[in-house]
Amino acid sequence: MNNRETTQTDVLIIGAGGAALSAALKAQEHGARVQVLSKSYPTRAQTCMAQGGINAALSHSGADTVALHVEDTLKSAQGLALRDAVSLMCQQAPEALAWLDRIGVPFSRNAKAQIAQRRLGGASSERACYAQDYTGLKILHTLYDQCNRHNIEFLNERFLLNICTQKDTHGNVCVSGVTALNLRTGEVEMHEAASVIVATGGYSRIYHRHATNATGTTGDGIAAALRAGARLSDMEFIQFHPTALKNSSVLISESARGAGGYLLNAAHERFTDELAPRDIVAREILKEIERGGAVYLDIRHLGEAFIDAQLPQERKLAQLYEGIDPVYEIMPVKPAAHYCMGGIEVDARSQTAVSGLFACGECANHNVHGANRLGGNSLLELVVFGHQAGVNAAQYAQQTQNTCKPTEQLQKDRTFVEGVKYFTNQIDFYEKHRFMGNIFYNNAAIVRDEKGLKAVLAAVRQLQKELPFMGPKDKSKVYNTNLVEFIEFGNMVELAEVVLVSAISRRESRGAHFRSDAPQRDDERFGAHTVAWKEEGVLCLDFIKGEVL
Amino acid sequence: MNIEVLRYCPAAPNGAQKVSYELEATGQTLLDALTTIKTEQDATLSFASECRSGVCGSCAMRVNGVEVLACTYQVREGDLIEPLRNMEVVRDLIVDVESALRFNQQAHAYGSVSVQTPSVTPEEEKINELQSACILCASCYSACPVYELNSEFLGPFALTRSWRYVSDVRETEVVDKIATVQDNGIWDCTLCNECVPVCPVGIAPKQDIVMLRNKSGVMGYMDPSFASGFGNGFGNDGTPNFGGPAF
Ligand SMILES: Cc1cc2nc3c(=O)[nH]c(=O)nc-3n(C[C@H](O)[C@H](O)[C@H](O)COP(=O)(O)OP(=O)(O)OC[C@H]3O[C@@H](n4cnc5c(N)ncnc54)[C@H](O)[C@@H]3O)c2cc1C
Ligand code: SF4
Ligand code: SF4
Repeated sequence: MNNRETTQTDVLIIGAGGAALSAALKAQEHGARVQVLSKSYPTRAQTCMAQGGINAALSHSGADTVALHVEDTLKSAQGLALRDAVSLMCQQAPEALAWLDRIGVPFSRNAKAQIAQRRLGGASSERACYAQDYTGLKILHTLYDQCNRHNIEFLNERFLLNICTQKDTHGNVCVSGVTALNLRTGEVEMHEAASVIVATGGYSRIYHRHATNATGTTGDGIAAALRAGARLSDMEFIQFHPTALKNSSVLISESARGAGGYLLNAAHERFTDELAPRDIVAREILKEIERGGAVYLDIRHLGEAFIDAQLPQERKLAQLYEGIDPVYEIMPVKPAAHYCMGGIEVDARSQTAVSGLFACGECANHNVHGANRLGGNSLLELVVFGHQAGVNAAQYAQQTQNTCKPTEQLQKDRTFVEGVKYFTNQIDFYEKHRFMGNIFYNNAAIVRDEKGLKAVLAAVRQLQKELPFMGPKDKSKVYNTNLVEFIEFGNMVELAEVVLVSAISRRESRGAHFRSDAPQRDDERFGAHTVAWKEEGVLCLDFIKGEVL
Repeated sequence: MNIEVLRYCPAAPNGAQKVSYELEATGQTLLDALTTIKTEQDATLSFASECRSGVCGSCAMRVNGVEVLACTYQVREGDLIEPLRNMEVVRDLIVDVESALRFNQQAHAYGSVSVQTPSVTPEEEKINELQSACILCASCYSACPVYELNSEFLGPFALTRSWRYVSDVRETEVVDKIATVQDNGIWDCTLCNECVPVCPVGIAPKQDIVMLRNKSGVMGYMDPSFASGFGNGFGNDGTPNFGGPAF
């Protein structure tokens, strides 16, 4: 709707998933003018895919408490989460749920007319609030409706290219806006803002088809933040969901196991505690697949009525993608890349190392998931830290004295978008993406070792060199998805290096990062966050204990 | 196996053109087929997709004249793939959905709850369980003959969304929402049912429109075609009979 080439606002939010929209509503409530810019439409963000639920110790039955929620989360995080951040998230969870309830999220209900809850893996209680298996969909759409109610301006089909910065009067680097490619016009635009919130989701698509994620989950915002001077942390911690459908990597939610589903090996025998933390279940499944060739998820005993009431989406997906009806048959599954614990490092106000640049949602690392995220804590984080980022970005925008000066970035990015069409195209980047996904899945996934990781790193460095010999084949200006996918691939290659260097440096095993050549946890050397940043374009890395920023 | 795609690029001189593609694999979803074409045969083919699992609403298009989600449709020999109708085609299978999406706001299709901890029974929650699973794929706008003629018609998904909130026991601004759907809204729909079979989620927008009409009736509104004389369906200025709604 909006075709201006330069826009100006107080708070500019990049992304339109659950984190972005939660932030937008709060920032506006705190008096800021807000714009939400995303490469697609709000209701198409990956948040719509979340099925299982959102955690909060609502203590309906008296069995669950905030303290238990904190303990479960810390236990799963294996020493890498910050107790303060986890406590804050768990304490604010009941209010976050009450807020969602108030704005109209149609949660499933229990007989006492309260929000119904179910148990997910790693939880000591029934803690996940859900809306059938459409939890993320219904939360995202309700947030979107609220944004409409409050007249929040959406800039749809704009692809973030770079975050622009300037030096303030004290010489500190601060944000001044972003450059974005308007997909409909093909023009590079400047969007100026007093503060910017990055909420662009994770980077699991590095694993190409071996990921449960939406196709646009390519880490664009994280890569842009890194280029702009922000720091990333714990990037090697990528969670593999134990039960993705074997051929398509489409997810079968943990709620299937929470409800009593079994994991079976090739001999159709159970082999593990189905509700152990995800990293453990994923490794057990991988072992069985290597041993017997296959692992299955069996929910037949739950019965058709239960499956249709509680897991309707899983039934539909299994029928479509594997040609299997889980009411009568067992489903072949494998672990697939699912969630990125690491991301843009933020402080206790959700601010990054660049002043005025905030981050929330899966792209950020609020130090609440540590080495392994608990199911249901991600949707929770979107709301709690989305609100935090929104409030603080609004305050920052009101206080800052910075006025945006014209930046060179716009010209650079225009030149790039023009010039990229002349890249030689000798090498097909789609093929290289498949290749990268395969080597990552084989050597930098559930079980890793130094040799394998280094081989992948060498291949990724080669890809970096080859980028100018790739490029889009489609030269047209209007809605060039081939160009977009090439830029996304570039972002993934940039982040792939960070993931690998971090994984190589961390010579220990912890949560989702399992090293067969260093199977023990080593708190003395690695009870610390892996922090990465760029200096003059060169990647630097260090381990930093405790509070990072 | 061969399929045909109706392609359009604003820069091309000849308007929309049918282009035929050959596929090796069978038994795959249309989205997988299009992805294979894009990544292996023709990088210029343009379409949208995100979740591959029928929940994000990005890949709605028409196959042999009927709206489907590419990710949940098994492609068949000879299929003709076209973009959604009643929306501007931006390129190939990508349409500008913005024009339809604005009706959500226009219809006040959002929650307005004032209670702190609302109490909702499982039965009450079921009332709009289906409507609240709408993925805004816009298939229904593509199929709607009234929207085709009247670009100001609020349209199926916005009205379904209105009913989703009107029927929510937590909702406190029902009066406003009902008032908002009178003009270019519930009475303009001809109940033709075209929007029903195309919905990938199984929603029946027509039925929700009927529910909104019933609710409007209870609140004192009347079908303007009755209000302005026998069978005259064109005098619909939306004002209810007897000078104003009786509530
Ligand atoms: C299948 C599946 C099931 C899940 N189930 C659960 C669950 O049950 N419980 C739970 O807690 N978590 C679950 N998760 C995890 C959770 O859904 C995600 O972590 C969460 O939705 C991320 O939300 P977000 O708002 O951070 O980002 P996203 O929802 O990923 O949104 C990212 C946004 O950024 C935009 N964007 C990205 N790049 C750019 C760019 N270059 N320019 C402009 N815009 C851009 C996108 O268009 C999008 O709007 C699940 C994840 C998956 C994949
Ligand atoms: S009502 Fe159905 S067809 Fe219409 S937008 Fe929603 S999901 Fe799509
Ligand atoms: S029933 Fe009404 S909304 Fe549905 S297609 Fe027909 S006229 Fe449009």
